[in-house]
Amino acid sequence: MNKIKNMKKSTRQTLLTLAMIIAFYIVIEVMIMTGNATRHLKSMLVPMCYNAIAAVSLNLVIGFLGELSLGQAAFMSLGAYSSCLFSIRMRRILPAAVRFPLAVLLGGVVAAVFGIVIGVPVLRLSGDYLAIVTLAFGEILRSVFINLDITGGAAGLKKMPQDSSFTYGIIVLIIAVIVISNIIDSKAGRAIMAVRDNTIAASSVGININFYKVLVFVMAAFFGGCAGALFGHNYSIITPGQFDYNKSIEILLMVVFGGMGSVRGSIIARVVITFLPEAMRGFADYRMLVYAVALILLMLFGNNPKINRFKAKLFNRRNRDDNVRLTQAQKEVK
Amino acid sequence: MTTMLKVDNINVYYGAIHAIKDVSLEVNEGEIVALIGANGAGKSTTLKTISGLLRSKTGSITFMGEDISKTEAYKLVSKGLAHVPEGRRIFLQMTVSENLEMGAYSTDGSTVRADLEDVYNRFPRLRERKNQIAGTLSGGEQQMLAIGRAMMSHPKLLILDEPSMGLAPILVGQIFDIIKELHRQGTTVLLVEQNAEMALRIADRAYVLESGSISLSGTGEELAQSDEIKKAYLGGH
Repeated sequence: MNKIKNMKKSTRQTLLTLAMIIAFYIVIEVMIMTGNATRHLKSMLVPMCYNAIAAVSLNLVIGFLGELSLGQAAFMSLGAYSSCLFSIRMRRILPAAVRFPLAVLLGGVVAAVFGIVIGVPVLRLSGDYLAIVTLAFGEILRSVFINLDITGGAAGLKKMPQDSSFTYGIIVLIIAVIVISNIIDSKAGRAIMAVRDNTIAASSVGININFYKVLVFVMAAFFGGCAGALFGHNYSIITPGQFDYNKSIEILLMVVFGGMGSVRGSIIARVVITFLPEAMRGFADYRMLVYAVALILLMLFGNNPKINRFKAKLFNRRNRDDNVRLTQAQKEVK
Repeated sequence: MTTMLKVDNINVYYGAIHAIKDVSLEVNEGEIVALIGANGAGKSTTLKTISGLLRSKTGSITFMGEDISKTEAYKLVSKGLAHVPEGRRIFLQMTVSENLEMGAYSTDGSTVRADLEDVYNRFPRLRERKNQIAGTLSGGEQQMLAIGRAMMSHPKLLILDEPSMGLAPILVGQIFDIIKELHRQGTTVLLVEQNAEMALRIADRAYVLESGSISLSGTGEELAQSDEIKKAYLGGH
């Protein structure tokens, strides 16, 4: 116990996140074994994992780098198509236990390569340009997939082995959390947050801004691609329409729901969104309404200075003095 | 006395606007050099060009004998040129000590502790507030933090862009005392200021920028006595 106390705060946070994921995994597995899991619930488990992975990696771009990317679904589609094509070809050559990890890795690498191709030119710009270009990138990619023969066109890609499972999903999620948390806690993470905070100051202390922007973007693309591979192998057919910009927005919502810059938050948000309709089966028809109202409330609560001050009082004793001072400073400015 | 920074005949454009016209200046080792001028004269543009944020179409910029006119901004810090940007660009969401540690980003990190002590001794206010979020500091404290952060990289040449901007007169005096003190301890300083009076008081030499070109130069004292300067910048009659 002492060992845990002596650890850095950030390391403890990461361990707590991992412990929560594993505990969640065990609970679900027990439910499945004792027959308490409905078919619907079981069918939601893999989507929950890949969506959580996509959200955690997008959070790196939005929450830590402070750039808006609307192309996470596009990176997922790259991962999904490349890994599925690989698995279809390798179906008879490699056993599933080898084939699937390789497919996930390949999906990530292909997405990362495209992340470099898009990121290097675009991240030199700042502000909304990245959002616009990533959005366009996704739409172009969708059209390309519709028109290619190898991807099955609009009818979709079929005949891939359905290798995805809840266990694989949790493993990839854990790897993503470990890698991303480590980056955030490192010197590189400090540099990334410095870029978000103030680019001119960051470059004046010697931080290579473009390098870190591209690094973060490519990491997000990589894990987006891995998530796509889990996605692809979960269905008997994938179509380009599944990766339109609504999917990107959905992932973005997860990030906003869970709190920008919070790895654990993104995961919890995904789990809650998955189980909320299940818990409220009785009025499942109103799911979208609840969703919308929740989002609006979240925006109000998240950005209201009075509520922020109240929250600071309640939860964050360490920073309370700072918040009081910030409030005073804001008042003085007025 | 050796030349530390030599800016030779630079021309900078913002699109079609010719912002800097044939500017040349020199900073020798151990000097405080001031660059003064009115709003929009091109002071900050000149500095941004020196520190690699903007590019000149002509001429060259040499630092310690090395041409840096094509060097990217972030590489200059490790060469010994630290830039304190205009408007107290600190990391508002980090604590004071984290801000200072970021200043040592391009060093090997072996002297961070000693350097932190050094900065805290120089700015006792920063020590008092080291665990405070930087965004909650007052304007003067933020400027101290920005200067302290630049000191963390052991600069040979410290470039300060409008350190007195937006500060109360008493704080301006404090900031200038700090600059003098840093200079006394061996840092060469290039200072850009609108507050011509204060700048000329501490500068060994100064240049006057007027609509993009250098109109006058001389020792600080000479310029402070010059009628032209008195009329245009010092409010004298």
